[in-house]
Amino acid sequence: MQYKSQAVAKPYFIAAIGLFMAQILFGLVMGLQYVVGDFLFPEIPFNVARMVHTNLLIVWLLFGFMGAAYYLVPEEAERELQAPWLAIAMFWIFLIAGALTVLGYLLVPYAGLAEMTGNQYLPTMGREFLEQPTITKLGIVVVALAFLFNIGMTVLKGRKTVVSLVLLLGLLGLAVFFLFSFYNPENLVQDKYYWWWVVHLWVEGVWELILGSILAFVLIKTTGVDREVIEKWLYVIIAMTLITGIIGTGHHYYWIGTPEYWQWWGSIFSAMEPIPFFMMTVFAFNMVNRRRRNHPNKAAILWALGTAVMAFLGAGVWGFLHTLSPVNYYTHGTQITAAHGHLAFYGAYVMIVLAIISYAMPMLRGREAANSERSQVLEMWSFWLMTVSMVFITLFLTGAGILQVFLQRYSENPQPFMAVQEKIVLFYWLREIAGLVFLIGLICYVTSFFVGSRDAEVKIGSAATSPA
Amino acid sequence: MAQTFTKAMARNIFYGGSVFFFLLFLALTLDTNRTLPELDNRAAITEQVALGKRVWEENNCIGCHTLLGEGAYFAPELGNVYTRFGNSKEAIVGFIKSRPKDGIPGRRSMPQFNLSDEELEAIAEFLKYTSEINTAGWPPNTQG
Repeated sequence: MQYKSQAVAKPYFIAAIGLFMAQILFGLVMGLQYVVGDFLFPEIPFNVARMVHTNLLIVWLLFGFMGAAYYLVPEEAERELQAPWLAIAMFWIFLIAGALTVLGYLLVPYAGLAEMTGNQYLPTMGREFLEQPTITKLGIVVVALAFLFNIGMTVLKGRKTVVSLVLLLGLLGLAVFFLFSFYNPENLVQDKYYWWWVVHLWVEGVWELILGSILAFVLIKTTGVDREVIEKWLYVIIAMTLITGIIGTGHHYYWIGTPEYWQWWGSIFSAMEPIPFFMMTVFAFNMVNRRRRNHPNKAAILWALGTAVMAFLGAGVWGFLHTLSPVNYYTHGTQITAAHGHLAFYGAYVMIVLAIISYAMPMLRGREAANSERSQVLEMWSFWLMTVSMVFITLFLTGAGILQVFLQRYSENPQPFMAVQEKIVLFYWLREIAGLVFLIGLICYVTSFFVGSRDAEVKIGSAATSPA
Repeated sequence: MAQTFTKAMARNIFYGGSVFFFLLFLALTLDTNRTLPELDNRAAITEQVALGKRVWEENNCIGCHTLLGEGAYFAPELGNVYTRFGNSKEAIVGFIKSRPKDGIPGRRSMPQFNLSDEELEAIAEFLKYTSEINTAGWPPNTQG
């Protein structure tokens, strides 16, 4: 660790992992409710479990992004963080606000929570992923502003690298587009139109800038490839991301009461959205192949390569699968969407956060560069268990989705939703089993932090630097 | 390798491309807003419909159902439930009202939300308004 203030990243990473664990447990509850409909009913109805599952995901990824920024920005800017105390204060505010919100979901009926928190004065609740009480949303804005101030000042006063500028741009976009969560008109079509300015412009826009810059940072550090080369790649990738992704928002505007020309704009531009993800895959493998040294943290490199591949599969391939409007006409709002959502979030955002945690944590815990052999081996086991089981979750949901589309929408005699659900229950059982394997992988992951902590670090000298 | 393609060029493509396509997106948004009155059934938005939307939101209906295909995939699409229920608001009200408090053994069940008559009427009116939005022919059939 080159700068003392980088240490503030540690609590952020620990909180991220803890919330990740909780997210997965609620995912398993929901998966079981898909097949045993009355499981935990009426104590934790499906909608509550889902809200907890998705909101925890968003919150722990944000913890991960913030931890990543606090870790890498001092190193990039070559100076201490502007205000480390502010980072710690915001950590506790964000954690407590998040915990209170989740407890509110679980302990109070949602309508009661809306009343308690004064939703009638500025109604923003009850929209997918934006279920947080308005007061929590305001808290998120405060935390985001303090965070941006802290990171922004550090970047501005220090060395300005492409990695930190792109990261800052992504984080700034994240904060700006979140403001649309406060716009909730009575007109449902307009409500939906601008809801996507938060959701789509986050995950298929500015979050990809954050992803790209963290990946670039990890690759610079672990491969020793010239920064100039990596930064050029980063620019090209994020250029393609925004060139395709902004108009690509149109793939959400096919069937919600918006003009039909969006079917053309959305189909053409979102069909190109896999390109930046494919470039990211080529980029990551290229850099690792051209490495000028062998970094002892092999687990971190595995996560970095993994995120590049899985983001391409989940966001790129599974996204393309149902993005063309004539296809989406049948698949819109089915298990196909759920399949894509799972692999895309895991591949692009879960894995990049785990990559930076994997890279940074050994240093944050006082090691020189890497964990012990035993710890790394267990971490790599967790990589494969989680990644392979997520692929199977995605495949089973895709199977369920294809059958659902056929039975409910495509065949001669379309059947009612619930009748179809009963017919595809096998796939939901298999998904749940894959989910249990994912949990085992996650337990391995957490255990890897406690294994072999007294063993010596993995040490590898410089790689053969022959130009071939 | 390709030294003809410099980092400065890559940077310019990024900034230029992003700004250009964001402005294009804003232009399309402007045009969409101009066209929406013909499509979004806004004439039907009464105070009751607005209340219905609040009831929809404050009971987190989107946590199980889809509405115009967006939401959760645990329970049926409701954008067209008004037509699926035979253009009957009474059927919608009756369904929501009659959900058993403790669910149905072994099966998925909608919670009993204990809505007032005013709220029930409002949510039905909101779903009727939603079913009359011009959604380019989606969903493919009445099953949603």
